[in-house]
Amino acid sequence: MTVQGIILSPDLDDDRTWRIGDYVKRGGYDALKKIIADKMPADQIIGEVKKSALRGRGGAGFPTGLKWSFMPRAFPGAKYLACNSDEGEPGTFKDRDILRYNPHTVIEGMIIAGYAMGCERGYNYIHGEIFEVYERFEEALQEARDAGLLGKNILGSDFSFELYAHHGYGAYICGEETALLESIEGKKGQPRFKPPFPASFGLYGKPTTINNTETFASIPFIIREGGDAFLALGKPNNGGTKLFSVSGHVNRPGNFEIPLGTPFSTLLEMAGGVRGGRKLKAVIPGGSSAPVLPGSVMMDCTMDYDSISKAGSMLGSGAVIVMDESTCMVKALERLSYFYFEESCGQCTPCREGTGWLYRVVHRIENGLGRPDDLDLLNSVTTNIMGRTICALGDAASMPVQSFVKHFGEEFAFHIEHKKCLVPKDVQHEGSKIYVA
Amino acid sequence: MLSPESLKKIDREIAKYPPDQKQSASMSALRIAQEERGWLANETIEFVAEYLGMPAIAVYEVASFYNMYDLAPVGAKKIVVCTNLPCALSGGVHAAEYIKKKLGIDFNETTADGLFTLKEGECMGACGDAPVLLVNNHQMCSWMTEEKIDQLLADLKK
Repeated sequence: MTVQGIILSPDLDDDRTWRIGDYVKRGGYDALKKIIADKMPADQIIGEVKKSALRGRGGAGFPTGLKWSFMPRAFPGAKYLACNSDEGEPGTFKDRDILRYNPHTVIEGMIIAGYAMGCERGYNYIHGEIFEVYERFEEALQEARDAGLLGKNILGSDFSFELYAHHGYGAYICGEETALLESIEGKKGQPRFKPPFPASFGLYGKPTTINNTETFASIPFIIREGGDAFLALGKPNNGGTKLFSVSGHVNRPGNFEIPLGTPFSTLLEMAGGVRGGRKLKAVIPGGSSAPVLPGSVMMDCTMDYDSISKAGSMLGSGAVIVMDESTCMVKALERLSYFYFEESCGQCTPCREGTGWLYRVVHRIENGLGRPDDLDLLNSVTTNIMGRTICALGDAASMPVQSFVKHFGEEFAFHIEHKKCLVPKDVQHEGSKIYVA
Repeated sequence: MLSPESLKKIDREIAKYPPDQKQSASMSALRIAQEERGWLANETIEFVAEYLGMPAIAVYEVASFYNMYDLAPVGAKKIVVCTNLPCALSGGVHAAEYIKKKLGIDFNETTADGLFTLKEGECMGACGDAPVLLVNNHQMCSWMTEEKIDQLLADLKK
């Protein structure tokens, strides 16, 4: 199956096609021009977005049109827009490719969003480790300004919108939207208590909407072709195509833009199948925070919010981490638990202390020092973190632990009882070697 | 304390934010200062604070919160290797071990000649390119086989 994505396509290169001239040749900025020429009412734009069933691509899957309608458009004074390109969820690498290969689709999407919600200014918060992408985005912004598409009186209308790039510097937590706002304000990225939600109290205390990069990148198509056309690409309640980042034990890791509702088996095939002819063991279907599922369960799933949720996990950011039979699930969880321990912002006690407990307990099980009641202890720590923190990082740290123990409990029990791994060390070593595609 | 070029870059960052929100530029100002000075000494942080009209402690909070800022001297070339799960499945740990052996240092150590510092990193958002490493925060290197690591280290020594 070959699918021409609406955001990425095989004819985009890293060199020239990201520039504004090529983007315009592909129909870029037509949506914006149409809105300005027709003086399209904001309600009509939000209506199209609602009709499209576009759901937030950052991980939560919240309906975008509904989110936009929360903005108090008539509210006098400054209103802001923010794009969340702080992509640091292990397994996710789609926004980097969008910004690299098609930055203007994000810029156009943000300008349209600014128009629809009455925002005067926007920021794109770009992940710290991708400095080269940040620099390219700055260049793309300048191209848009020079073309009269961004800034004061866009295309001669009375609509003005300023857009800037803000560069992160290494903090996973800034992907949480209120931490991201704190970070733009030049502070530590610690999430805010909600309510108030950003739509009433956001950046600099003003109404603000935050969407993911891929969400904004979907907007120009929706306005150009109509919400129904976008919806028809996916399935009901799950409109459009979606980028899936496939990593781990596959022959062709990478991003694949496919209609929501595509069978997992098809996606796995597109990624070249499981490496070295080995057997599929487990899949994390939505980024490291999503519960892991056994390979056999995944093979019966389609890739959309509802199907993955029914199977007991989350589509999240669309980051599919594939693990084959050479993987030790205790070791895999140990690494993820270390990540959350390292990245907890330290604000809420259950998360700050709990993520440390989770890591230390999984670490001792992996290293042959596990105790008989450790699995109960892990369960107790996770239930005491979940729902007791300001943001979702606590839950994100707990769900992998609960799901790894639930589905692969016998491996953990074996570790504790025999002080060694169920998967022989040399098999693990072979399976995690430097891979050349 | 900072060169006119660096100050010009910082001014460009300040202009991105509303006039009464200069502190928003603290992250980029620290980045620019670190690029020039190699790492962030307390005096550098204090200078940035004064330049932005912020309390020094507020800027120090930022510098100590985000992990790409170096609050202690590092080698001329800082190499950060991602070993998070998706990378580990495709050789991230093996690549890190190989670099350790070649440089004769462990994570968080600097070679005796002061040229290289090695660190373990968290997700860089490039899992499909594993093994991935970052040189001096801004240069990302993808698909790092042993041969490519040899080549990179040789280039960095020049």
